[in-house]
Amino acid sequence: MTVTEWESLLDRTSFIELDARERAKALLDEGTARELCGPFDRIESPWLEPQGVVPQSDDGVVVVKGSLDGQRAVVIGIEQAFQGGGIGEVSGVKIAAGLSLAARDSRDGAPTAAVLLLETGGVRLQEANLGLATVAEVCAAVLELRALQPVVGVIAGALGCFGGVSIAAGLCTKLIMTAEGRLGLDGPEVIESEAGIAEFDASDHPLIWSIDGGTQRVRTGLADALVLDDVSALRTAVVEAVRQGVPAEHRSRRIGQLRASLEAVDLDHPPAPSALAAVWAKPTPPKGDPG
Amino acid sequence: MSRGQNWTHALADGAVNDVVPSVITADCTLGDDTARIVTVVPDPRSPFHRAREGEVGLREGLALAEAVTGVVVADGRLPDGRRRPIVAVVDLPSQAYGRVEELLGIHHALAAAVDAYATARTAGHPVISLIVGRALSGGLLAHGLQANQILALDDPGVVIHAMHKQAAAKVTLRTVAELDELAKRFPPLSYDVNDWAKLGLCDELLRVENAGEPTEGDTVKVRNALAAAVVRARKGPRDLSNRLNSPGALKTRAASRRIHEELAKQWG
Repeated sequence: MTVTEWESLLDRTSFIELDARERAKALLDEGTARELCGPFDRIESPWLEPQGVVPQSDDGVVVVKGSLDGQRAVVIGIEQAFQGGGIGEVSGVKIAAGLSLAARDSRDGAPTAAVLLLETGGVRLQEANLGLATVAEVCAAVLELRALQPVVGVIAGALGCFGGVSIAAGLCTKLIMTAEGRLGLDGPEVIESEAGIAEFDASDHPLIWSIDGGTQRVRTGLADALVLDDVSALRTAVVEAVRQGVPAEHRSRRIGQLRASLEAVDLDHPPAPSALAAVWAKPTPPKGDPG
Repeated sequence: MSRGQNWTHALADGAVNDVVPSVITADCTLGDDTARIVTVVPDPRSPFHRAREGEVGLREGLALAEAVTGVVVADGRLPDGRRRPIVAVVDLPSQAYGRVEELLGIHHALAAAVDAYATARTAGHPVISLIVGRALSGGLLAHGLQANQILALDDPGVVIHAMHKQAAAKVTLRTVAELDELAKRFPPLSYDVNDWAKLGLCDELLRVENAGEPTEGDTVKVRNALAAAVVRARKGPRDLSNRLNSPGALKTRAASRRIHEELAKQWG
């Protein structure tokens, strides 16, 4: 490593080490951040305390309005330190309602983009069916806003984005990850517990990151930008993703490409994670194509 | 045959078709409409070994997206109010838990299905979910929860939840007995469809004679309920707001409603 590389490393301000509130403020233009339904509003989950779980007065989601390189934006962050980022009734509705209000403003001539900070294990099981219902509402709200303004997902780590919220991540206009971030539907522990250690060894960290890690997800086109764990690098990537606007076709609409990518894989001999990008890069002729 | 297969065959006007062996479709007359039924069913020979029992996996997510998008594209030029209803018959144990699923991005395949259902709903297709069996977790998110209207059979074999009981107990560090005890006090935790119906998500709970193998009378009853749901869907909002304004939600989802109000007030 050269001296300059060392210096830039030391100059970095870690994004991962920030909590959700600090992350949101770090992304927005200085002095513009305004938190809505914050801790002092004390809208807590009504379901936790009766079950002997200490609630948190923001229910683990921060909604912060402000501007992003001059453009109106809302940053909605899931706090991974509270209940593993699990989505309950209140936290889920905060995300969905924030996105819907941004969509309303966008329709009314005040375009408002959204940034989602996604660190979660998925549905909060203490709220089970209501958590599941609100994740469906989050998905619907991402789709509502995405048609009007970018919804940029950021998965920086350390927890990663799993469970139903990974589906919402798949609906985002753009996904930004760090090498520390992970994205998957079912977390390694869940798969090991459901299907056995031969299916997925949850203690095998290199295996986990080779499949779910940001480097792999960006390399295989399931995420868009791999960024260093650095506040200014993340901010630049988010601003750039918002600047690119609404794409002609979103990733979750590319059904033909999804079909081709599944057909390209030999399921009797699935590729090693490191070989998947090469398998998917090879064009496969559509079915019935004589060529 | 699975419950999903039985109900699809019972409701079908004619042939039941495969998109892939694990995702079947059929047409079903509902009043003046011909609805398209879409069902995920077991495929014991699926090359995806973790998706052989009716789970929503990679292939199923893709096939759902294709089946639903096909209807939206075909009806794209029809006037509002004439777009075909889509009926998601739900009987699925969960999403597919597997290594190859994660490797190939099952979250993305499920996102494609969610996108397709939500797109159909916002384009004016009445999207109706009919829950006839198990409806768990990510499987239900991909196939069921983007609907305008959700109907469920009032039957002990109908189980709607975020995670099956043993796993939920493990994750929340409780015993199954403790979980059952809590479920009696907190409707969102319950595995009983009658408790689920109190959350405000259920538009009608249907009592039938044989939920596993519907009788002629059961089929007529459910067909009529689906037709009524189509009428309600056409009159109602195209977003999911009815779930917060339903009689059940007024009672159970007070916190959700408060967040909507308060956030709008502070939004400025």
